Amino acid sequence: MEKKWDEMSAKEKRESRFQTWLSAQGVQFQSPEAEASYKAAVLRLKDAVLMEKTPDRVPIFPLGTFIQAYLYGVTPHESMYDYGKLLSAHRRFLQDYKPDYYGSPAFIGSGKILEILGYKQYKWPGHGVSENSVYQYVEGEYMQAEDYQALIDDPSDFWLRTWMPRIFAALEPLRHLSPFPNLWEVVGVSGQMIPFGIPDVQSALKALMEAGNEAMAWIQQIMGFEMEARGMGFPTAIGGAAKAPFDILADTLRGTRAMMVDMYRRPEMVLKALERLTPLYIKQGVGMATFAGNPVVFIPLHKGADGFMSDEQFKTFYWPTLKGLILGLVAEGCVPFLFCEGSYNTRLEYLTELPKRSCFWIFDRTDMAKAKKLLGKTICIGGNVPSGMILTGTAEEVKAYCKNLIDVAGKGGGYIMAFGTAMDEGKADTIHAMIDFTKEYGVYK
Amino acid sequence: MAKDLVKTLADLEEKEALKIVEDRLSAGEDPLKILDDARRAVELVGKRFSDGEYFIPDLVYSGEILKEITDMVKPKLTKAAELKRLGKVVVGTVAGDIHDIGKDIVVFMLDVNGFQVFDLGIDVPAQKFVDTIKETGSRVVGLSGFLTLAFQSMKDTVETIKKAGLRNEVKIMIGGGQIDDQVKGFTGADAYGKDAMEAVKLAKGWIGG
Repeated sequence: MEKKWDEMSAKEKRESRFQTWLSAQGVQFQSPEAEASYKAAVLRLKDAVLMEKTPDRVPIFPLGTFIQAYLYGVTPHESMYDYGKLLSAHRRFLQDYKPDYYGSPAFIGSGKILEILGYKQYKWPGHGVSENSVYQYVEGEYMQAEDYQALIDDPSDFWLRTWMPRIFAALEPLRHLSPFPNLWEVVGVSGQMIPFGIPDVQSALKALMEAGNEAMAWIQQIMGFEMEARGMGFPTAIGGAAKAPFDILADTLRGTRAMMVDMYRRPEMVLKALERLTPLYIKQGVGMATFAGNPVVFIPLHKGADGFMSDEQFKTFYWPTLKGLILGLVAEGCVPFLFCEGSYNTRLEYLTELPKRSCFWIFDRTDMAKAKKLLGKTICIGGNVPSGMILTGTAEEVKAYCKNLIDVAGKGGGYIMAFGTAMDEGKADTIHAMIDFTKEYGVYK
Repeated sequence: MAKDLVKTLADLEEKEALKIVEDRLSAGEDPLKILDDARRAVELVGKRFSDGEYFIPDLVYSGEILKEITDMVKPKLTKAAELKRLGKVVVGTVAGDIHDIGKDIVVFMLDVNGFQVFDLGIDVPAQKFVDTIKETGSRVVGLSGFLTLAFQSMKDTVETIKKAGLRNEVKIMIGGGQIDDQVKGFTGADAYGKDAMEAVKLAKGWIGG
């Protein structure tokens, strides 16, 4: 008899998640070759990360945002408003470049939804930046210093009644809602409903419904493409997503400057908030991975890179809850995928504290020889192809760079070929060089 | 004896530093002297950053404290500070890019290190750099950009400066998360700096100090 989920060890859970991913439920493969290619790509990543055996070759995962659109002349504005155009660029990218995994077009999101909600935390093509610019974060204190206690007391309530009204113009009236835990027993029900009778609140709810309708239209097209991509023989290498608790505070809530100063002015509150946030993002990662039937949980890392804080600050503020997040995901059989833009040379020693062969790290400007030496037998690493070289260099330069990466970081497995950043733009000859060369030279004999 | 403001601020002892300023102001000391000490302290913060002892949060925090001190001292100022400036620098985030954190730190460090900085903000059109170079006679230009689309924007800006006949009049430095020597070559800039203190070093190398 099969074991129940709760009775499984973390490794059994992980194996079960890998099997689900491999089984490609609901996927109509276009050919037996496509099916074989899909399965080989899943196993290639599994072998690279778990290091139980050497993969057949170095996996290739060129992660991007607007890169596919860019390569086929689809503007960032069109990408966010004309889903069909975006998807056609993604389809052509897979046909022409044949990476091992597709990058989800869901990364782009819908401009229409942002418009309906009056989103203020980012500017996006046609809204604050030109139609040819990609979406960009607007630095700001979306959570005030005095909000720490409210966040710590009840993060969901803080999100709903304080943060969302601040970052979505259309949801500003949600601040009138009563906290939901106020609702208990019959005497509370009628009173709790009063705010929902306020015309402004009703407008906010209507905006949410309108955004919901658009989200349905959007996801239907996205999912249609994703199933098609799998049918073509390309799995996605991302199941769920989560964020380092420090980055939730520093990007999403307090903003970069305020967060840097908070480490000096209110360290206790910062630490309490980080602790409070950690389980929420374990839940998000696990939940999404389960829903997607794919164990990989994407975690983009931002404000803990080299230079962004001292070692003491990293050890105190950044690492403990990032480690907690990783351990929490691993315990549920997920495979954390840390996406590490900038450089991480001064942080590499910390990675040796992680469970062996449990996660993978895609680096940008990190010294790959150093990373390989330190982590080579225990943690899969990847990336490091510079955006500058892809966009302004030659195919020959890229080949030579990739050769060195495969020789040094790829030796014996445990390496994934990837850009160092999530690319907004691309250049055909250099990307072809990276992919085609790796397919040829990256084969393990 | 009162504690030394330069040391206290450079050590990022916020409360202590503010207390010293308050005491010195009450004692009737020349506010300009206090500001000069504060500026020297932040210069020291920059030096510690260059030496790898301090990191970006230290720069940002020192900026916050300096701002508080300036706010305290300003009402007492009877005459404008006459700082000896090393030279003029134009800085901005290039067209299409709205990121300002890195650019702001560069502006701050150039300023405390004695440069007169013309901060053009974010998403700056190439022509705006040209106009400001002409108006101010600045001999150094700093182009900032976080996104890869800034590569082309920087190149366009350098070319616009060239077309305006100013390329030999100015030195151009670039910086940002994805900038490296290869990108420097692509844009036609003179140098790239990996952080704010490298920008100071480059500017000092070009226009004295």
